[in-house]
Parts: sequence; C-alpha cells; structure tokens
Amino acid sequence: MEPPKQPLPPGARSGDSGQRRCPFRRRGTSRGVPQEGGESSLHQLLEAFVPAGRVDHVALVMGLHPQYLSSFWKTQYLLLRMDGPLPYHKRHYIAIMAAARHRCSYLVGLHMGEFLQVGGNPAWLQGLHCAPQKLRNLNEVNKLLAHRPWLITKEHIEALLKPGQDSWSLAELVQALVLLTHYHSLASFVFGCGIKPEEEQDVGSSCWAPSPHSNSSPASGDTMGGSGATDAMQEVQVLMERMKLLQENQLEEEGVTQEEMATRFELEKTESLLVPSSDILDPSLQSNIRCFLEDPEFGYKDFTRRGEQAPPTFRAQDYTWEDHGYSLINRLYPEVGQLLDEKFQVVYNLTYNTIAMHCGVDTSVLRRAIWNYVHCVFGIRYDDYDYGEVNQLLERNLKVYIKTVACYPERTTKQIYAQFWRHFKHSEKVHINLLLLEARMQAALLYALRAVTRYMT
Amino acid sequence: MEKMARVTTALGGNALTGRTMFCHLDAPANAISVCRDAAQVVVAGRNIFKIYSIEEEQFVEKLNLRVGRKPSLNFSCADVVWHQMDENLLATAATNGVVVTWNLGKPSRNKQDQLFTEHKRTVNKVCFHPTEVYMLLSGSQDGYMKCFDLRKKDSVSTFSGQSESVRDVQFSIRDYFTFAATFENGNVQLWDIRRPDRYERMFTAHNGPVFCCDWHPEDRGWLATGGRDKMVKVWDMNTTRAKEIYCVQTIASVARVKWRPECKHHIATCSMMVDHNIYVWDVRRPFIPSAMFEEHKDVTTGIVWRHLHDPYFLLSGSKDSTLYQHIFKDASQPIDRANPEGLCYSLYGDLAFAAKESLISSDSNRKPYIGDRRHPIFFKRKLDPTEQFEYISSSSALSVFETDVESGSMDWFVHTAKQYALAGRPLAELCDHNAKVAKGLDRNQVAQTWTMLRIIYSSLGTVSSTNLNHSMGKGSAALPLMNSFNLKDIPAGLGSESRLDRSKGESRTENILMDSSSTLINNEDNEETEGSDVPADYLLGDVEADEDDLYMMDHENPHAEEQEYSLPQEAFPLRHEIVDNPSALDHLQDKADSPHVSGNEAETVSLTPVESFSLISISHSLYENRLPSDFFNPIVRDTLLFYAEQGDVQTAVSVLIVLGERIRKEIDEQTQEHWYTSYIDLLQRFQLWNISNEVIKLSTCRAINCLNQASTTLHVNCSNCKRPMSNRGWICDRCRQCASMCAVCHHVVKGLFVWCQGCSHGGHLQHIMKWLETSSHCPAGCGHLCEYT
Repeated sequence: MEPPKQPLPPGARSGDSGQRRCPFRRRGTSRGVPQEGGESSLHQLLEAFVPAGRVDHVALVMGLHPQYLSSFWKTQYLLLRMDGPLPYHKRHYIAIMAAARHRCSYLVGLHMGEFLQVGGNPAWLQGLHCAPQKLRNLNEVNKLLAHRPWLITKEHIEALLKPGQDSWSLAELVQALVLLTHYHSLASFVFGCGIKPEEEQDVGSSCWAPSPHSNSSPASGDTMGGSGATDAMQEVQVLMERMKLLQENQLEEEGVTQEEMATRFELEKTESLLVPSSDILDPSLQSNIRCFLEDPEFGYKDFTRRGEQAPPTFRAQDYTWEDHGYSLINRLYPEVGQLLDEKFQVVYNLTYNTIAMHCGVDTSVLRRAIWNYVHCVFGIRYDDYDYGEVNQLLERNLKVYIKTVACYPERTTKQIYAQFWRHFKHSEKVHINLLLLEARMQAALLYALRAVTRYMT
Repeated sequence: MEKMARVTTALGGNALTGRTMFCHLDAPANAISVCRDAAQVVVAGRNIFKIYSIEEEQFVEKLNLRVGRKPSLNFSCADVVWHQMDENLLATAATNGVVVTWNLGKPSRNKQDQLFTEHKRTVNKVCFHPTEVYMLLSGSQDGYMKCFDLRKKDSVSTFSGQSESVRDVQFSIRDYFTFAATFENGNVQLWDIRRPDRYERMFTAHNGPVFCCDWHPEDRGWLATGGRDKMVKVWDMNTTRAKEIYCVQTIASVARVKWRPECKHHIATCSMMVDHNIYVWDVRRPFIPSAMFEEHKDVTTGIVWRHLHDPYFLLSGSKDSTLYQHIFKDASQPIDRANPEGLCYSLYGDLAFAAKESLISSDSNRKPYIGDRRHPIFFKRKLDPTEQFEYISSSSALSVFETDVESGSMDWFVHTAKQYALAGRPLAELCDHNAKVAKGLDRNQVAQTWTMLRIIYSSLGTVSSTNLNHSMGKGSAALPLMNSFNLKDIPAGLGSESRLDRSKGESRTENILMDSSSTLINNEDNEETEGSDVPADYLLGDVEADEDDLYMMDHENPHAEEQEYSLPQEAFPLRHEIVDNPSALDHLQDKADSPHVSGNEAETVSLTPVESFSLISISHSLYENRLPSDFFNPIVRDTLLFYAEQGDVQTAVSVLIVLGERIRKEIDEQTQEHWYTSYIDLLQRFQLWNISNEVIKLSTCRAINCLNQASTTLHVNCSNCKRPMSNRGWICDRCRQCASMCAVCHHVVKGLFVWCQGCSHGGHLQHIMKWLETSSHCPAGCGHLCEYT
C-alpha cells in the first residue's frame, strides 16, 4: 500500500483536473448560484473546489443554497481529506459501502475513483469479499444504519470493538459511523434530486432539478395543462393559509388528549405510503454495485402496527443531538462535532422567507414539519410536537416523496419528484432535499451514537 | 487529609448527619430538588416522579406523584424544583412543553395543582422566586421565558430571548427583580422581571450552548455558567460589562453547576455525557478538582446541596437510576493522587525540578539559587493565601541542577547532525562518511558501528576474521550505568535519567518521565540531596562525561591491539548490550559462554541482557560462511535499540534512514515513530530546522512524513486594503491590484518574495539579492537603508 496522498494545498491542482471541464466556466457563474451570497460565496466555492480539481454534480445542485454548501463541503472535506483516525483509502471504501446500500452508482463510481487515487488496493474493488475482514465487519452496522437504524444496539458496537485482530478503535468507529450516515443520506440527496453520474460527454443534464432555468417553476413547463396549473396555485394558497393558522392558533388545540397525540405520532410512523416499488433485485443492477452488497433484500420496513412487537420509540428529548450527540462525538472525533453541529443548524434555519411565488413568509412551521416527519419515519418522537401538523402541512404526494427519498431513495422517480408541490421552484425542492438529507443523517447518527453511549456506560 | 475530616456545624444546633448512601430508583432521573428543611428530596424523570425522605441511614420513599393508569406526558419531567418558602409546593417542566405545579397539601392522591400549557416546545427549566411565594419562571426550547403567578391561570409576562432555546433560568438570590437566562447559542441574558420587552444586558459566555447557570449565594455579583464547550465560567456582573473572573476547564460538557454553600470559591459540577463523576472545584485552582464523587455509573443529571448552609452533603440523581447522598469526607481528592513534582531537562543538560516545598525545605543546607552561568533561569516560590477550606497549601519550590559547561555540551550532537550524510549516495559511501564524522568527534563506538554496517550490508570483500579475544564480557560498559538506574544512588540516577530524558524529548515520553521522576522523588525523599544544586550538577556532569568515555576506557585494553587490523570486530566487543533471543543462536554459541550470559542477565535486571559472546561468535562464522546480510538484521536491530535506549536516538535514526528498507521491517512502526519524533524534537530544539526537515522527508513512517505537510498554507493580506487575499497570493480580489510587485523589475512576484522589514519594499529574492550587493538603499527609492542578511 502506498501512503495516501495528502490533500493538496489550495492553489495546487490534482492531476486529473486538466481533463475535467469546469462546469462553472462553461455555464457561466450567475445561473447556478443565487445572488444572496454575492461574490464572496462564489469565491468560497471556488476556493473549496480548486483542491478537488472539479465541481461535482452534487455540489452544483447544492450550489443553489451556497450557505449550506459551504458547510456541507467543509464537513465532507474534513471527513475524507483531513487528519482522522482512519486511513484515506478506507474512508473512501466506507463511502462506497454506504452508497452501495442504496444502489447509488453515482457515489460508488465517484469514490471508486477516489479510492484508487489515494492509493487503495484495486483488488478491494472487486467486491466486499476482497476487502479486509475489518471492513467487512462493518457491513452489519452499515446495513442497519442504512435501512433500519432503530435496530442498532450496543451489542453491535461491542462486537466491532472487541479486542482482536480486526477490531476497531472507538475513534475509528465513530468516524466510520459518521461516514456511513453521511453517505446514506447523501445517496438520498442524489436520488432525490436525480443527480446522474458524471460522464465526460453529458454534463448538461446532470440532474432533473436545476435545469438551466433553475429559478423557474416546473409548472410553467409543458407538463401541465391550464386546469392543473390553477390547482397547483390553489395548493400553494391552502398551504399558506394552514401555516398561518397553525402559527396563530396553536393554543386552541388544547382539547387534544395525550393519548391522541401519541396516536397521531403512531399513525404517521406506521402509515405505509405505497410507492411504486421497482423490483429491488433489478437485474440491471450493475454488478459493480452488487459486489459491495451483502443481504441486498434487507431494506426499510414500515413500523408494525401497535400490538405487534415494535421497537420502543426513540424519545428525542432523551438523546438530543445538541446535548448528547454533540458531546459524545466531540470527545471521540472532535473537529467533526463542531462542523456537524454547524451543518444541522444551517440547514434547520435555512430560509429565504419565500414560498413558491410568495415572499415574506415564515416557513419555520413547514420546515419543522418536514424535519420531524423524517425523524418520525425513523421512529423518533418529539414530545413537544403535534404530529397532526404533519398531515395539515404535507400533502400526500409530498409525504410519498419524502418517505421514498428518506427510506428507499433508489425507488425515487422523476414522476414523484414532479408530482408534489407543482408550483414550487426547483431550488425549493432542493431545499427540501437538504432538509431530508440532514434530518435523515441526524436520525441515523442519533441511533448510532446512542448505541455507542450505551456501550460506554 | 486530616483537616478535611473536621465537620463544622454551620447550621447552629441541628447539624445534619448521615453517611454516603444511595437508593435505587425505578427509572433514570432527570432532575432532583430538595425541600428547604433538607429532610426530603424529589426525583423527577421521564418515568419517575417521587419524593424520598432522607433518613440517617437510608432514603425512604415517601410519595409517588406519578399516579394514574396511563401517565400522560405531563409527567415526563425535564426539570423539577421545590419551593424554598413553601414546603408543599413543587413545580415541574414537562418535555411536551407543559409547566405543572404540585401541591402536596392536597388530600387526594393526585397532587397536581395547576397546568400551564403556554410553551410550544419542551420546557427546559423551572425556577421559583427565592422569596416570593407565587412567582414561578420557566424557560423553554421555543426561546421564550414565562413568568407565572400561581394565583392566576395564565402567565403574567413573557420574555422573548430573540434567539434559540432557553436552557436555564435562575432568579438572582439577592436582587429581587433580576433573573439570568442562558441560551443554546452561547449567550446569557439578564432580565428585569418588570420589563418583559427587553433584556437588561446580554453577553456571550460560551462557545455553543450554555446548559446551566447559578448565582453565587453570597456574592451578589457572581454568576457561574457551564457550557457544552466544557468550561465553567464565573462572571462578575457588578461591572458594566460582565467580566470573566474564573474559568475552569473540565473534560466534558457541563450539565449542572451549583455553588457550594459556605465556601466562597467552591462549585460543584456534573457533566452531560461521557463523564459520570461529580466534581467540586475551587475556582481559583482550575486545573484539578478539589473533590470528586465517583459513585455513579451513568451520567449524573441532577446535583443539589442538601442544605443551604451545609457544605458537606451533596445529593445527586443519575441516569443509572440511583439517588445518592455524598458526604464530603468520603470524597476522593484527586490532588492526593496527583504528582506534585515536575521535572524537566534542558537542552544543555540542566535539570529543573519542582516539588512541594515541604519536601524540600527540610533540607537545612540548601543554598539559594544564585544564577546560571549561561542563561537566566527562574526560581520562584509561590505561596497561596491559605484559606479556611484550603486543604493543601500550594507552595512549591523549584530546583535547578546544572551540568558543568564542558560535559553538558551537546556540540557533538549538533556537529553530527550537520555532517551526517543520510541519503543520495551508495550505502557504503554513506557509512564510511558517517563513520568518519563520528570518528572526528571522538565517538569511536558509533564510528565502528557505521563501519560494521557497511561491511554487513554492502559486503565489501576481504575482512580477515582474526582471532577475537573476547574477554570483555564482565566489563560490559553500560552495566554500571544501568545498574545505577536501579540503585538509590542519586548522582548516577540523575545521570541516567537525564540521558533518557534528553534523548526522548519530554513531551513525547510521559511514561518514561513519570518513571524517572518517581525514581527521583524517591531519591529525594530518602537522601535529601535535592536542595544542593551545585554538588548535584557536578555529579551529573560527571556521569555525562563518563558515558562516552566509558566505552572507550573500560574496553581500551581488550581492543587496543585489535583496532589496527579490523574495525568491525573491534566494534563487537563493545556491543555487550544487545538483547537477543539466545535460543535462536544457541547452536552458534560457545557452550562455555552461555552460562555466563545468563549470569549477566541476572545482574542487569532492568535492561537488556548482555550477549556479546554470541555476537562475536556469529561474526566469526559469518565471514567464513558468507551469511546473507538479512541474517544480521536482528543484531542490527538490537544495536539500534541499544543506542536509542542509551539516549542516542541520533545514531538510531540515522542508521534507520541510511539502511532504509533493509532494516525497516525489523523494527516495529511505533518504535520507529517514537525515535523519529524524539530526534526531530531534539533537532528542532537546537534550531536545526533544515536537518529536521530532511529527516522528516527521508523518514518512511507515515506519521512522520506528514509532519511537514501540515499547515503549509501561508496566508497573506493585501498590502493596499489590508484584507486577506483569499484566492491567489498575488492579486487582491477587492482592490484588483497586484499586491506584491518586485521593486527591482516591477513585475508581479508569484513565488518567493523577500521584503525589508524596515520599509516593507521587496521583490524577487534573486533581484533583491543582486540589488543589495551593489547598493545599500532600497530599490524602491524610498531612501531606506535596507539590509539583507
């Protein structure tokens, strides 16, 4: 094994940068990036991507929200390229394993390249069976975190840390857990925005969201007839009214009993939204992804109805990111805690106070509904949230979309992307995807860290 | 400590009594609070809400407030507080945002009194006014604080923090109208209860959430805060700007802080995660807790002093479902376990030693420190004002032991470092060169090692294996030295410590330092020579001087003649020190020798057994049988280990680099890394930056290699607008000007830029150099007389 390459200092370019075309130059800079950030954010981006030698499609799409992008990018840079307990090639390999769980060929391909670039052993890429035992041991946790994070227990952690030849150190494991959750949720984002692999010849259609007319709304396209458009207009109006009502009249719901609140949560949690499930064992599934998969049938499963044995609900207040998660991660892998915290905050508070064609709207209720709904489908309950709001604010199509992207992103289709919020801008749909990404990551991370905490005490 | 056992009766007649005790709760606790008379405690959590009475020997469950078949979320408590005026009144904060008051005087089983459902999010904290019976304050995740009058159904006023969630609210104990609130974004706000429109003042106390705060019970201006950034800070609020007066750094996020009653400077803390202990700090001594309670097995979630005026009883609740009463005299005192001595070795062989004064001042013939011949050295005595609750006086004394100038000289090290060739030439040449260097510095043993390496690895032909007379076994040079390591013989002990220490560099080898300091301390204790600086240092010097000579001296006789014909063999007798696995080499060994070897082994308990015999016989057979050079790898490895052990990492690292692949696999990565870091540290302390960088570059350890790849960025500011230039180093994005123009050629400098620190003009390195050869004025024409050195 060769020693891994160090990150190049800003100003230097990695070897392959010459071959890749810089999408910024080709497309012009003003389109992809909204003007809020102005010039400084552009510089920030440039600075960020010079070392990598290219701007990948993920960054391009996230570029619609530059404030978030810089936070996201810093975290990813730290995870992959800065000092940390794991060697560089293993980090990329873990990324591959994580992305393969969701059959995300885009991320798998990307990191296969990176893996080789930092001096990874090409033999490992033949499949999981060729990787060292230590990495293979991680597969169980990878599988759980990807699909049913609530099943992860301290025994899993214990098994990995048990002294022995292929044991993990706690610091390594925490980095691996962060990497896994990061790439699971990034896979959600990739599918949610329909980001396609980067091929030299076809960059133009990198994704279905921010087409060159990135600020136009899809409804203005030819997908809808006149009546459909007015329907969509009404949807927006209704949504706005409901938000307003909820914000003003929250106190009037006093009559709701605790039992009912609990029932509402259970309802949301167990509701199975039927998604046109493509065959999971799609024969077209590329073999280069399948080889990183063990137990490919394992996937998200709807919570069983009450009465059957369901895992106990995760009470958000008993293990919060701000208090417990951060404190733990800050001890075991210090730099990343700060950055993750920043990232969660940025995304949770990100708003332009606009909604579709309306300006000056307080969207906090809506954002909280989306965030909590994602946590809800992973079984995390907030005592202080009325899950009735989710039903009020999120239309069925949106819920289908959110649940699909969060739980089985590989089934996302352009159709369900187009079906919800037909009058909204693409950038707003990307915004939802960002919320989704982070909420999902936090949910899985909370489960993982709680298991680590239990192991430690 | 005996002082500690003293129990004062601050309570007047009815002093509290009790012992350290605990009881199991049915569920994890989130918060606890005591009744004013210190006889009862309430425990609240998600699934528990009970009152226990504190008896002499045990906790007794008095009341379960969690009633009803299917307890609602209103019982899921994040915080609980017992009114300090009315012993029937309690308030809880529920995770679903409800504030509940409880009246124990109610006749029914359900003691729930009032329900305030005004907060939209989880309520993190409730707090009663210290003197007003009906005033209750709450702080919630939704960013609002609400003040309730318990006689009314709704809140009387709402305070908006205008920021993220409120983590703690506390009424000031002395100022009737004031309360403090802490926020998730790191701010602390002070409010006047009469003015809900705007806070009185606000300051940023921590980086990240401030989880808790506590007003000092006596000093009205002091507020302690604890945050996720692992700090406890004490603020003086009397001045117009809140001033941080004390800061304690803990090891985990601080979940609760509570001032200790009757002790002005003591504060108890517990942490949010990871660390389960409760600490009591003296804020003036922030580095070590003055007391520690280690009973809990999961994080402590609530701490409270049992009585307002008793500093010896602390109650705590924890996630591990236990409730504890801690008694101060059972606390563990980390200070007892701390090592109060410090030891540090200087580059030039001086040794500084700091210890508690009581240990040192007993020595009557101690002379005051006069001063160093070369450098000023501090000699400080510090006496802390001893206070009532000070258990350990913290005065200490520092002794400095000097080496005498010649023997302490490290010139050889510097010269060797500068002259060694480590790469770029064939192995044989490198070895020869280095051997010559070593020889030039009178380091014959090292010189011979190099020569030997050349012979082993580059198999230069004819080496006549002459008769080797190996009578040197008993006189193994290092032996006396090593034994002295174990003996309670101070000067020698110091000597060997120092060698060790110097070679490794203090920072890297804590454990070794520990050992050495403890040996030292023993010595000090027993023989009390520590104070006398002068004798100690000449002795030290003595040993130092020996060290190199020793080898030569002791072995002069056996080898004097050999020196002529063959260097390599001569080297062998000196290498008594090598550890080896005798079993593997047994067949080569002289039978007569083996017992002797074991004898030696027994003598040198602590260090490497002596094996020179086997070595020699090997070398003997080597040249007849033409063994592959791999065969010698274990021996070479042991040589290196020996050198490193002796404190000469320089030789070890140099050989390692020169031999490269040939030997690398033999030595485990960690040891190599250790050597490298020690050597690099030494080089840097001698300011041999170039050489240290070369070593870093040549090293094959990954950890070392990346040393000079970290922080390679150089940040520059634009010379016009003084802002940082983010993009490129030579053109400013803001003022669109090229920042660094060469004063000579008037082009932009993109590479090395040299500038005069007097007039700040400069340019291409080459241009400036050239210019200043002929002129002494600045090329820019500013008239400054620039200097280039």
